[in-house]
Amino acid sequence: MALPTYASPLERIWHWTYIALCVAIFTFLIAPILVVIPLSFNAEPYFTFTAKMRSFDPEGYSLRWYDTLLTFGMARPDAPRDASWWADVWANARWINAAKNSVIIGIFSTILATVLGTLAALGLSRPEMPFRRVIMAVLISPMIVPIIITATGMFFFYSSACVDSTTTLGRLLAPVLSNNGCLANTYLGVILAHATLGIPFVIITVTATLIGFDQSLNRAAASLGANPRRVFFKVTMPLILPGVISGALFAFVTSFDEVVAVLFIAGPDQQTIPRQMWNGIREQISPAILAVATLLVVFSIALLTTVELLRRRGERLRGLTPA
Amino acid sequence: MTKDAMQTALDPHAAVVSEASGGAATLLTTADGQPLARALARSSARARRRAFLLVAPLLLFVVITFVIPIGQMLHRSMYNAGFADNMPQVSAWFQDNPPGTPIDDTAWGALAADLKAAAENRTIGIVGTRINYDVPGTRSLFTSTGRKARDGFEPPYRDALLAADAKWDNPTLWRAMRSASSAYTANFYLAALDRTRDDEGSVTMVPERQQVYVMLFKRTLGLSLLITGMTFLLGFPIAHLLATLPMRKSNLLMILVLLPFWTSLLVRTTAWMVLLQQQGVLNDIFVWLGIVGPDGRLQMIYNRTGTIIAMTHILLPFMILPLYSVMRTINPSYVRAARSLGATSWTAFRRVYFPQTLPGLGAGALLVFILAVGYYITPALVGGSTGQLISNMIAMHMTETLNWSMAAALAALLLGGVLVLYWVYDRLVGIDNLKLG
Repeated sequence: MALPTYASPLERIWHWTYIALCVAIFTFLIAPILVVIPLSFNAEPYFTFTAKMRSFDPEGYSLRWYDTLLTFGMARPDAPRDASWWADVWANARWINAAKNSVIIGIFSTILATVLGTLAALGLSRPEMPFRRVIMAVLISPMIVPIIITATGMFFFYSSACVDSTTTLGRLLAPVLSNNGCLANTYLGVILAHATLGIPFVIITVTATLIGFDQSLNRAAASLGANPRRVFFKVTMPLILPGVISGALFAFVTSFDEVVAVLFIAGPDQQTIPRQMWNGIREQISPAILAVATLLVVFSIALLTTVELLRRRGERLRGLTPA
Repeated sequence: MTKDAMQTALDPHAAVVSEASGGAATLLTTADGQPLARALARSSARARRRAFLLVAPLLLFVVITFVIPIGQMLHRSMYNAGFADNMPQVSAWFQDNPPGTPIDDTAWGALAADLKAAAENRTIGIVGTRINYDVPGTRSLFTSTGRKARDGFEPPYRDALLAADAKWDNPTLWRAMRSASSAYTANFYLAALDRTRDDEGSVTMVPERQQVYVMLFKRTLGLSLLITGMTFLLGFPIAHLLATLPMRKSNLLMILVLLPFWTSLLVRTTAWMVLLQQQGVLNDIFVWLGIVGPDGRLQMIYNRTGTIIAMTHILLPFMILPLYSVMRTINPSYVRAARSLGATSWTAFRRVYFPQTLPGLGAGALLVFILAVGYYITPALVGGSTGQLISNMIAMHMTETLNWSMAAALAALLLGGVLVLYWVYDRLVGIDNLKLG
């Protein structure tokens, strides 16, 4: 970006304007995310920096909104904070329950999306795959189709996807279906929906990893006497693992951040963190939302770091960039 | 085997040539004596089958959890049996008698019997709701007449029904019942385009104050174009900077682009609410700087401005990432060559650099536009009444008015538009080239 020595004064002015412009755009990108962090420590129920906060008076800051995250929804929030208080938090606090649901739904939908998605990506990267373009387009479409349309379709489908509970199948599936034997308002329904939404991300990341994959490694392993399963687990898998893990993380984040499908197909038992935030924003917005937001920002920084490290490791493994 | 044939057998190209020239040469065989062409075809069929088997479970999964639900929704957009199923006799009369037939005693009798049956089966509400979609204000007509119908009507039925409610004589109502008597209808699509059928059955516009959907579609398109333009204006300089900086520095700055990308959508939307509201951080700064007076705080959220700002921010990474990956590959010596041949820096940019960025620009713009057209969460939270998009209308019909067929018809129109764009994207960019960070 250095200016060449022959730059005219006009070009110099333009160069510095350009740098200033870029700084402004980076500020636009990052400032909204950073501004929530200090505001979540606000001692007052406002969304702005109070006079005390601006003068860095410790009294202007507090952890009360983080405390709210624990106490909101508790049976006895004012009891002494002993073991039974924490048991109350674990059992009743709304945000804790939402977090539990988010993690459960996220993990299961990620496993489903990653296993199916990786298998499919392996097939799609083979040159002899028939109808490759069409199938790829279908598998990526959950990412492209507006979420409201997907959620609407799933709402109709899940309300009608019912099994008679008197049949053998109905008795077998009873624990994962709702009381009337339908997929709506169940964990299974949300997990299936989130897996569908996460699949495109797994396909994209894993096929990207497989583009640089040297097929002769597989042939070498096979010629040395390894059976296909051994070739996959000992040769292919370790090499594409970074891509698979980033795909899985993408799928997890998709599920962890998804609210519309949850709004449409989940019941009151499947409240997730985004659903709880949605309620909070629409009804009584309080800085407690900012406390959650801060925690989520920290979480995304951790995820971003992981993905970035994985990407570099993957490229190094496949010899795309020098170590 | 002659020496000549042996050589042909060893050289695959020779074999192809000899086969193409009429197949006079000896047929090539594998070690176990099968014709080579057939063995090859068999083995490549096996390879195709294997590749397909790897994809099959996922394909089946996506078809069941995604394609079928959307197909079901599309079906619902033109199928509503709320009237036809619950009013069988009068529906049958409509089938038997073409439009324009005077409403005779049989029809009135069928209507009276159906109303009685529907009231007893407690389906009269469904019937009323269905007709209410086409003729607003008629739901109560059905429910109130239904209550009276439980005791049964005495012939002549016309007089009995008109005694129950004089509105039954309304020709518009009968026309609506006729169109609802067949479960398949295009009326929801007509309504989704602000059109309706008049008394002669031809398509006309609805009264001006009821026209909402075309305006919403236009607004959605307009705002999406605007947001795509904004992401281009903001994303281009950033992508250029990242592409021209040395790798180490650009990787560091890339974090500033990727962090918003990885942060929860709701967090980003909340952040903009905090920044933009009237008592929020940005207005505080403006007041402090003296740009606006303490009483003149700007309304930047819960309106169209809020939607535009928040969506531009959220979609910006989708523009920067494809632009960046194309700009990385542009050879800087082209611009230098243009400069050395006497081009000004502006000409060099316009004639040499910018055309090379077009693939990235196209990919980014299409992706941003596709995502913007279907946006729901951000407009719902920060859009107020002037920043709502078509998705929000679909959600409203799903959750508030419960006019699901209408929601499905709007969704089908939106889906059609998005799929066309998706097809264009696949043609121009290729889905394989979608990049995530």
